[in-house]
Amino acid sequence: MADSDLANLSDQLALGAVLLYVVAMVGYALDLGFGRRRARAEAERAEPVEALVGAGGGGVAEAPPAEASAASAEEEGAERVERDWGRFAILINLLGWGAHLGMLVTRGLAAERWPWGNMYEFLSAIAFAAVTAYLVVLARYKARFLGAFVMVAAVLALGVATIWLYTPVGPLVPALKSYWIAIHVTAAIVATGAFTVGGAATILYLVQSRREERGASGGALDMLPGAQTLDRLAYKVTVFSFPIWTFAIIAGAIWADEAWGRYWGWDPKEVWSFVTWVVYAGYLHARATAGWKGRRAAVISLVAFAALLFNFFGVNYLFSGLHSYAG
Amino acid sequence: MTQAQREDTGTSVEQTGRAAGGSRTGSGGMGPLGWLRWGWRQLTSMRTALILLFLVALGSVPGSILPQRGQAPEKVAEYLAEHRTLGPWLDRLSLFDVFAAPWFAAVYILLFVSLAGCVIPRARQHWRAMRSAPPPAPRRLSRLPQSASFRTDRDAEQVLAQARELLRRRRFRVAEGADSVAAEKGYLGEIGNLTFHLALLMLLLAVAAGAMLGYRGNIVLTEGGAFANSLAYYDQFTPGRRFDPDRLAPFSIRLEDFRASFVTDPGPQQGQALDFTAEIFYRERPDGPEKPYDLKVNHPLGVGGAKVYVLGHGYAPRFTVRDGKGDVAFRGAVPFLPLEQRTFTSEGVVKVPDARPEQLAFQMVFWPTAVADTRNRQIVSRFPAPLNPTVSLMTFKGDLGLDSGVPQSVYRIEGIGKTLQPVRDGSAVLKQGETFQIPGGAGSITFDGVQEYVSLAINHDPGRGPALAAAVLAVAGVIVSFTVRRRRVWVRAVPGEDGRTVVEIGGLTLGNPTAEFDDLVAALRRDDPPADEAAERSGAGSADETEE
Repeated sequence: MADSDLANLSDQLALGAVLLYVVAMVGYALDLGFGRRRARAEAERAEPVEALVGAGGGGVAEAPPAEASAASAEEEGAERVERDWGRFAILINLLGWGAHLGMLVTRGLAAERWPWGNMYEFLSAIAFAAVTAYLVVLARYKARFLGAFVMVAAVLALGVATIWLYTPVGPLVPALKSYWIAIHVTAAIVATGAFTVGGAATILYLVQSRREERGASGGALDMLPGAQTLDRLAYKVTVFSFPIWTFAIIAGAIWADEAWGRYWGWDPKEVWSFVTWVVYAGYLHARATAGWKGRRAAVISLVAFAALLFNFFGVNYLFSGLHSYAG
Repeated sequence: MTQAQREDTGTSVEQTGRAAGGSRTGSGGMGPLGWLRWGWRQLTSMRTALILLFLVALGSVPGSILPQRGQAPEKVAEYLAEHRTLGPWLDRLSLFDVFAAPWFAAVYILLFVSLAGCVIPRARQHWRAMRSAPPPAPRRLSRLPQSASFRTDRDAEQVLAQARELLRRRRFRVAEGADSVAAEKGYLGEIGNLTFHLALLMLLLAVAAGAMLGYRGNIVLTEGGAFANSLAYYDQFTPGRRFDPDRLAPFSIRLEDFRASFVTDPGPQQGQALDFTAEIFYRERPDGPEKPYDLKVNHPLGVGGAKVYVLGHGYAPRFTVRDGKGDVAFRGAVPFLPLEQRTFTSEGVVKVPDARPEQLAFQMVFWPTAVADTRNRQIVSRFPAPLNPTVSLMTFKGDLGLDSGVPQSVYRIEGIGKTLQPVRDGSAVLKQGETFQIPGGAGSITFDGVQEYVSLAINHDPGRGPALAAAVLAVAGVIVSFTVRRRRVWVRAVPGEDGRTVVEIGGLTLGNPTAEFDDLVAALRRDDPPADEAAERSGAGSADETEE
């Protein structure tokens, strides 16, 4: 296949990924919206079981009355439909992820280099990393509730990339011709994708913790796990990405030493990766400090995420610096 | 008493209470030593460290918004010229030198003192913990985050012996009590944590040492030109505070040829640079052999402990200038400053102080691939390579002012309209090989050809290696500290009322409960026949949420 065909295929796959993500987003949202009855049903079913255990097997459990069993049968029917929404969303999400992967691969083949040489490619790769991070979290912690939010982020990122940042396939500027692009930029992409998932979990934590404090219930948010679980999930994801981000900065410094003759020169990009790093470090410490843990730490984590986003958009489009490959 | 006053008193009482609880030793106030201790405790507290951390982050921000002297001194000058009232105030606050500012240094030094004050005692404590026996079993193991108990027909000694062996095999440190076993492992987590923080201290020191003992400089080298590593050859030289110029390594470099290639296919990327190569020859010492090297953007040359980088390139058109008497007053290549990377339209000046009777100067624009832009009736460059090199020039004559002793930029003519006057009809456009006769018999200028030049950065930073080592240690440390957790397990076995042995197991983990605990319980029970009593366990439910 000719390079231009591959490049066109890549563009079409990008479009396909966006569309599939939009469908998956709707599926996840339906799952959240209509799945709440299931959550309540599960909670109701869980209660008698717990009572059984609590009674120490004393045989106190009564046979469920006929009405209750009828209700539960009805709920089961509903549950099947609802669970299908969740499964449907995951399936479409996986398809979208495949298209997304194909987009990056064909782009790389068409350009005959790593497909993160300009802002379009970089942002597409970050969206891919975020979706991948979500799928990992989904497999490990069953965090399906994050799906809708991560899909929103992925659709936004891919949309912005295709509409405003699109760059045709082309060769790299000499400054980017180095094997360090595979190391430094990949680490930055992976860390940013994971931080995005952590950010989504953190926002949900803030919402949920406020709700729990007010004792509010009802609505789609009942589908979300408790605030503590969300907090722990956000922390785990951040703990995963922080060392990678650290590594990305160090790899960048080594590359800068090769390319620009100094390993650290307070270029705007360097300043903001440093700020991001420092604030995330602050979050990790705050979470273990009395008086700072909980919502205050979560806000710090969001500030760090904002710095990360600013480092991507603000620094490349507002300031001129050595990292200006925006084109 | 008003509400406000009462509240006020309440606050002050609370504050006194905290101070008293914190560090008052006697009954008669804190005294200077007490205050010192209080101050130290405040500085090394996590809350202070967090605030300092955020101050460092906040303090860096202006460094990315305002131009910085370290990166772009010319932009600082421009900013100061544009903001006549605000500029000097910002300057007074060192906001154009944020990362060298006293206040920035104060924040990060305080942060690192705070860090050291926290980490060093912790390191000592950890060292002690690693050498002393694990703490004995608490009285009620069932109160621990993870616990389990069961009854067995084996006697207590057997169970404890099995527990000891099991825990040792799992590389716990084990201590024996009267009726119990205490075990602890995962010291590496805290070691990683401490390593990470100490590595950051090391990194700071390495960076500081490198900046103090090293140097950096810039030179411009035209094809055929040569450079010897001594102060006289540098266009710009910034030594570290403790750098000794006599210790400059005696290497030399000659630029043989510079090659650039660009995207030629028509399209939006036409003219984008593909590759730059500076073909150089260098000698490590004056009497050493000459070695070739291809200097590229991501391919610096290491020589004599220094590193040589290509930072940029440009065109140096060659001219011959004859003065009014017909003598050659100037012959050579003059580096021009590129105005734009895609077309390499460049500008520059030629100063001819040797021209007689009057000195001459030319202000010029150079187009590597000149084409006529018919719509705007002007010349533009269509491509960065020299396919149709063309210059336009404007002639001045008079006094260049070079004898006044005030240093001048080689890219600018000083004194236009004062000591130097434009020559009437002294403007022309020249292609390669063409000559312009200056009106009034003031002489002529010939555009002989084009050479290329490279701007090179040369630096020596002895902190580079140690800084890298510190950074690698920091990453390793942070990974270990996030993956290894310290955990304690206790097993107690006592004879029960019914003659069977009651075994209690308790686990305590910094962070979350681990699945490891469940494995241990299962292993201890393995030899028992399936018990008729259900084992009471708690905390195990959350084990599936852990990372491992």
